Amino acid sequence: MNLLARYAECIFWMARYMERAENLARILDVHETFARDTRGMTNWFSIVQLNADEKDFFSRHDRPTAEAVVHYYMFDTQHTNSLVSMLRMARENARVLRPWISTEMWTQINVFHNKLVEMNGKDVALSNLSKVCTWIKEECQTHTGITEGTFYRDQGWYFYQLGKYIERADQTTRLLDIKYHTLLPSPVVVGSTLDMSQWTTVLRSAAGYHAFRRVYPRGMSPTTVAGFMMFNEGFPRSVVMCVRQIDGLLTRLKSRYTLRNGSEAMEKVDELLGALLTRPIEEVIQLGLHEYLDGVQAQLCGITTEIGRAFFGQDTVPMTQSQSQ
Amino acid sequence: MSVPEGKATDLLTNYDPGLYYDELFGGRDYPAEHSALIRQRLAGLNFGDLLRRSQDAERELYNLGITFLVYSNKDAVDRILPFDIIPRVISAKEWAHLEAGITQRVTALNLFLHDIYHDQKILKDGVIPADLVLGNGCFRPQMVGLDVPFDTYIHIMGTDLVRDREGTFRVLEDNGRVPSGVSYVVENRHMMQRVFPDLMQDIGIRPVDNYGHKLLDAMMEIAPQDVADPQVVLLSPGSYNSAYFEHIFLAREMGVPLVEGRDLVVENDRVYMKTTNGLARVDSIYRRIDDAFLDPKAFNPDSMLGVPGIMEAYRKGNVALANAVGTGVADDKAIYCYVPRMIKYYLDQEAIIPNVDTRICREADALKYTLDNLDKLVVKPVGEAGGYGITIGPRASKEELADCRAKLLADPSNYISQPVVDLSVCPTVTDDGIDPRHVDLRPFAITGKNTWVLPGGLTRVALKKGTLIVNSSQGGGSKDTWVLQDGVLQDGSQEGSAS
Repeated sequence: MNLLARYAECIFWMARYMERAENLARILDVHETFARDTRGMTNWFSIVQLNADEKDFFSRHDRPTAEAVVHYYMFDTQHTNSLVSMLRMARENARVLRPWISTEMWTQINVFHNKLVEMNGKDVALSNLSKVCTWIKEECQTHTGITEGTFYRDQGWYFYQLGKYIERADQTTRLLDIKYHTLLPSPVVVGSTLDMSQWTTVLRSAAGYHAFRRVYPRGMSPTTVAGFMMFNEGFPRSVVMCVRQIDGLLTRLKSRYTLRNGSEAMEKVDELLGALLTRPIEEVIQLGLHEYLDGVQAQLCGITTEIGRAFFGQDTVPMTQSQSQ
Repeated sequence: MSVPEGKATDLLTNYDPGLYYDELFGGRDYPAEHSALIRQRLAGLNFGDLLRRSQDAERELYNLGITFLVYSNKDAVDRILPFDIIPRVISAKEWAHLEAGITQRVTALNLFLHDIYHDQKILKDGVIPADLVLGNGCFRPQMVGLDVPFDTYIHIMGTDLVRDREGTFRVLEDNGRVPSGVSYVVENRHMMQRVFPDLMQDIGIRPVDNYGHKLLDAMMEIAPQDVADPQVVLLSPGSYNSAYFEHIFLAREMGVPLVEGRDLVVENDRVYMKTTNGLARVDSIYRRIDDAFLDPKAFNPDSMLGVPGIMEAYRKGNVALANAVGTGVADDKAIYCYVPRMIKYYLDQEAIIPNVDTRICREADALKYTLDNLDKLVVKPVGEAGGYGITIGPRASKEELADCRAKLLADPSNYISQPVVDLSVCPTVTDDGIDPRHVDLRPFAITGKNTWVLPGGLTRVALKKGTLIVNSSQGGGSKDTWVLQDGVLQDGSQEGSAS
């Protein structure tokens, strides 16, 4: 069956917004739980940096206090990177997709969104932030589970997965980038207790702490953490893991549904995967992690553009008789 | 879910429909036997339980997103159509009568449309004033001389029926453009099955869930004959349309893509949709967009919702449209008055379901009568939908009557008048217990090669005490409509109470 280009795009973005919301909830949660220290202020600000929201944030707030940052990221409807805005976008896409997705997928997103909107910002004090974030994270996971269990496996499923993995890879690079940047102000503090607890925080926000421990039972260094999050082949949020998924999805999508377009997107994925697999983490750090991650983000962006061009109707060519057979 | 033993109070003891015909009890002198068992089960319930079920149903509707959009202060708010859990019940015999009457009416309207877009015999024979048709804003010259499959123009028809004090069903209005509401018919049934299974048990209610199949069948039938496996789509104005839920519902039930104008393109007079694999042919379109917005090249040039060139593809027979273009001239409130004569003219039959007695104010006698009896009549503008612009004489203030009089005199041909119909009532859950509320009925008919009428229809209920206007935009709600199967015992002798 044909898939409307516009639907494919909506599916892709619905998945991205849900993934993005889950990541943000994780980050807020982990900050509340593990980041109570003298650098609290810096830490809350790092969320603003991580999302590159400095300009927008300071246009409305003087200082990045915990309350201001939490409100800004949870309930600020004017702010496109807030949870409430992400959920609104996920729901808008789901609304368009209602004829295509399962009723259960729609209902869960609809109820989730409505509950979040009804929740008064004032009700969420720092003391129960963790509880609320856990709820959001679990709702996102419920969405993932319902999708896995009910979403019909045709083209749409591939676009859903593509959106999810591209977003996840992007989120991991952002988390790593900002943490690496803020956590290594000078070489002196490296290896201090504070430093390692911060790295624990990073791993926990990506639900990778236990897995990391299993792989590196005896030590934790910024290099091993960064390497784990970038290149580990078994960690579901590592960049390599996500890009391998994207690669496989595009290949199968094209072959199974004999889609004519998409070669450019596949080339870009190959390029990125190649780049990720050639350098060990030590070399990456030596050459500059920030620049490296910037490059990865740009490449993910390029892949999204090519997917849009190939499948979302930016370039439409009439289907001829020979091609449709 | 079952009624607690010994706590049953007779909920219907104090129920009083007054002088109106009651949909559950029947007329004063003829208690409705077919609904005896349902009355008996309802009477055994306790009010708290009934309220709880009501609230469950409304929450469920909201969560499922069975909603329509209401625009207020530039915000779009999702609203459910309030749902009343006491059903409206129609006997097998009553339904056979309605089904025949609706089929007859659709048949006549289709003959009328074919006639006015071809030979215009009915105009030449002076049965209907020609200017009323040819001067009508909904008459589409682009349709003149064009043949459509099976001569069917109105593929989907919604007929608004009311029931007067004597219990006679009458047609209040025909909806032959893009009638909406059928999704609620099906969803209301689902809701009843969820919250009130004990009331429905063994009643023998005719199912409504095959509407999607029937619609798809008709859409395939009317597709261009040279296409082996026609691609059907539903064309919607988009997710901000207030009836978007219904578009979703119908696309899903038919298993076809829900497209918007921007998803379609016309090349070489053929219609295509934009897919992940380029353009793909579209053969049959159930469009939920009015004529005026369908094609900026043919109609309103400012329309962003339509598909440029689609009218030409349609004229070439390369794509089917349901409903056909130009049906608006048949469901006009002025043409409505002539439908009984139309039936006589084309079919040589009397109308099985009569009209409400209607006067066309463009005629001098009718205008005079209307002005003389303004305080007793309902005055309706012919061009408006949704219950807007209506003046109900007996309930209007002096100022409102004066205003109405001025409008009538200024533009008489824009108005019709009708006596106030004492709409029938149906027991309805209110804050004060079970009270009578006025209802109407909109059955839906699908016509491809033949006509099929969905057993039941949308029962709209005016939830505000005393009000007669049932439109959802004016505070109306809906009820499940049960058409009973023939030959099922319904007098309650078969079993005891609900359990």
